[in-house]
Amino acid sequence: MSVFVLIEQFNGRAAPVSWEALGAAQQLAEAVGGPVTAVVFGHNVGDMAQAAFAHGADDVLLADHATLASYRLEPYAALLAGLVEAHKPRVVVAGATTRGRDVLGSAAFDVGAGLLADVTALDVADGAIQATRPVYAGKLLSTEVSAADVTFITVRARAFQAPEPDPGRRAEPVTVSPVLSEDEIVTKEARFEGAAGGVSLTDAAIIVSGGRAVGSPEGFAPLHALADVLGAAVGATRAAVDAGYIPYAHQVGQTGKVVSPDLYIACGISGAIQHQAGMRTAKVIVAINKDPDAPIFKLARYGIVGDLFEIVPALTQAFRAKLGR
Amino acid sequence: MHIVTITKSTPDTAAPVEVDAAGNVTWGDAPVVVNPWDEYAIEEALRLREAHGGSVTVISVGPELDNDALKHGVAMGCDAPLRIWDDALDGADAFGLARAAAAAIAQMGDVALVITGKEAVDVNTDALHLGLARALGWPALTFVSRIVEIDPEARTITIERLIEEGRQVVASRLPAVLSVVKDINEPRYPSFKGVRIAARTEIPVRSLADLGLSGDEVGGAAARTRRTAIYNPPQEAAALELIAAGSAAEAASLLVDKLIAEGVV
Ligand SMILES: Cc1cc2nc3c(=O)[nH]c(=O)nc-3n(C[C@H](O)[C@H](O)[C@H](O)COP(=O)(O)OP(=O)(O)OC[C@H]3O[C@@H](n4cnc5c(N)ncnc54)[C@H](O)[C@@H]3O)c2cc1C
Ligand SMILES: Nc1ncnc2c1ncn2[C@@H]1O[C@H](COP(=O)(O)O)[C@@H](O)[C@H]1O
Repeated sequence: MSVFVLIEQFNGRAAPVSWEALGAAQQLAEAVGGPVTAVVFGHNVGDMAQAAFAHGADDVLLADHATLASYRLEPYAALLAGLVEAHKPRVVVAGATTRGRDVLGSAAFDVGAGLLADVTALDVADGAIQATRPVYAGKLLSTEVSAADVTFITVRARAFQAPEPDPGRRAEPVTVSPVLSEDEIVTKEARFEGAAGGVSLTDAAIIVSGGRAVGSPEGFAPLHALADVLGAAVGATRAAVDAGYIPYAHQVGQTGKVVSPDLYIACGISGAIQHQAGMRTAKVIVAINKDPDAPIFKLARYGIVGDLFEIVPALTQAFRAKLGR
Repeated sequence: MHIVTITKSTPDTAAPVEVDAAGNVTWGDAPVVVNPWDEYAIEEALRLREAHGGSVTVISVGPELDNDALKHGVAMGCDAPLRIWDDALDGADAFGLARAAAAAIAQMGDVALVITGKEAVDVNTDALHLGLARALGWPALTFVSRIVEIDPEARTITIERLIEEGRQVVASRLPAVLSVVKDINEPRYPSFKGVRIAARTEIPVRSLADLGLSGDEVGGAAARTRRTAIYNPPQEAAALELIAAGSAAEAASLLVDKLIAEGVV
C-alpha cells in the first residue's frame, strides 16, 4: 500500500510545504511500507512531476489538463477521491494550505477517510499512525488516530523536513485524466489578483512583525527594510491590521495566520494571548518594546527595551554590515 | 432568501485552557464565547438579509454549552436558532456533525446559502463546512473575503477568496456553502434589544431521530478519527536575555552577533 502526497503548485511554482509533506510521506512510508506516490494536478506542469521525482517520489500520478489550470475545489477533490478509490493508498498527505485543507477535507468526506488536519508531528506505533495536532489555539496538544482504512493528513508548514532534491533523479510520470468535465464544474474562476509578492508568512524562516506602535502604514517602512535585508516576511498584530496600517493577509495570531519561523522579531507588540496563538512556536523570538513589563518578554529569547523606530533601523544597519548584504 | 449560519461555543480566547489532573480540558471560570470566526459568518448573513430580505437561521450541533453561541447569534439579529443534539453524537467527528447539520438544512427545503466561519478555534479541523457541502451536494466556496455579487433570483453568486498568492474571484451557482475569513466585514455588537430578545428565546433542540439519522451513521460510533490523548504542551522557559547597551546601535550590534551565533539568520 502506497503513501500519496499531493504536490501543490501555483503558476508552475511548488508550494514549499508540499516538499515538507513529501518528507512526512517518506517518514510514514518507511514505517508502514510501500512507495511514495506524488500526485500533481495542473496544466502544463510536467516540470512539477520531475521536481517530485527529484525530491524522492517513487512514482508520480500527473493530471495535466485545462480544467485543472487554476485551482478549483470541485475538480481537484473529485480527482483525488477517484485516484484514492482506484489506487487504495494507506495515507494521503498534503500541506495544510488553503488548497490542501480544502481538497483533502472534501475528498476525505467522499472516500470515507479519517482526516487529521494541521498536524505538527507523526508517529507510527504498532502500525497505527498517531498524529499530534495543536488545539485550542496551540494552548494544548492532541494526539489523534484514524479508524478508517485510509487516513488523510495535512501538515503544518515548517513542521517537517523537506528532502534534499537531486535534479539527476528523473523518471516518467503516469498520466491520469480529470474526473469532471468543464460542463460538470459549477464554479468558474472570473479573475485572479496576485498579492504584492514577497515571502509567504507561513513558509518564512524569518518574520519581522509590527504592532499598534508602528503607528501608520509609513511606519512599516523600517520593518520592510529590515525584512529585505534578512529575506524575511512581514507580519503584524490584529491591532495594526484593524488600524489599517497593513492588510489582513499579514495578520499573525488566532484570527490570522499561525507561523513557525526560526526567528520572529516582534516590534512594538505587547504579546496578547491571541497574538501568541499565532507565533509561540517560533524557535527564537526577539522582542523590541518600550515597556519592560510587556508580556511579549515572557516569550522572548532576546529583548531590547527601547523605541522600535531607533532599534529597527539600527538592526538593519548591523545586519547589513555583519552579513555583508 | 433563507440563509443558515452555523456556529458553536468556544472558550474565551483569552482564557488559560489546560488539561487538569483528571485529563479534562478546563478553562476555569472563563466564559464561553461564540467561535470568533463565526461572528464574521453571522454578520455576513445578517447583511445579506438586510440587502435582499429573507431570514437567517443559526444552527449548532452540540450540547447545551452551544446555547450561548446561538443566543449570541440571536442577539446579533438572527431570526431562528436551532440546536441539534443527541447523546449518540458524543465523540462524533467533523463529518458526523456535518451530516447532522446537512440533514437539518435539507429538511428546511428553501435554504439558498450556508455561511460558516473559517474554522473552530478549539478543534480547528477546518472540515465541517466541506463535509456539509458534500453532504448537501452543493459547491463549497472557502476562505471568502468578499461577496462581489449575489443574485438570489438568478441563483448566482460571485465571491473573492483570500488565498496564499492573492485574491481569486470565483462565480458559482446557489445554493452553496461559504466559509468566511476575518477580512469580510466588521461584526456588529449585539444591541440592547437583541440581548433582551435572546434572553427570552427558547432554543429548539432536534435529535438524530428527528432528522432521520442514527448514531451508528453519524455519531461517536461512526467517527473516523479518535483522540487518544490531550495534554499541556511542554513548557520551555525562554530564558530571556535583555540586551542593554548605551545606544541603539550598540544594542543592535550585540543582538545581531547573538542571532548569528544562534544560526537563525
Ligand atoms: C477574538 C479575538 C481574536 C484576536 N485575534 C488576534 C490575532 O489573530 N492577532 C493579534 O495580533 N491579535 C488578536 N487579537 C487582539 C489582541 O487581543 C491584542 O489586542 C493585539 O494583539 C494587540 O496588538 P499590539 O500588540 O499591536 O497592540 P498593543 O497591545 O497596544 O501593544 C503595543 C505595544 O507597543 C509598545 N510600544 C509603544 N510604542 C512603542 C515604540 N515606539 N517602540 C517600541 N514599543 C512601543 C507598547 O509598550 C505595547 O506593548 C484578538 C482579540 C480577540 C478578542
Ligand atoms: N459543532 C458545530 N456546530 C455548528 N457549527 C460548527 C460546529 N463545529 C464547527 N462549526 C462551524 O464549522 C466551521 C469549521 O469548523 P471546524 O471544521 O470544526 O474547524 C466553524 O467556523 C463553524 O462555523
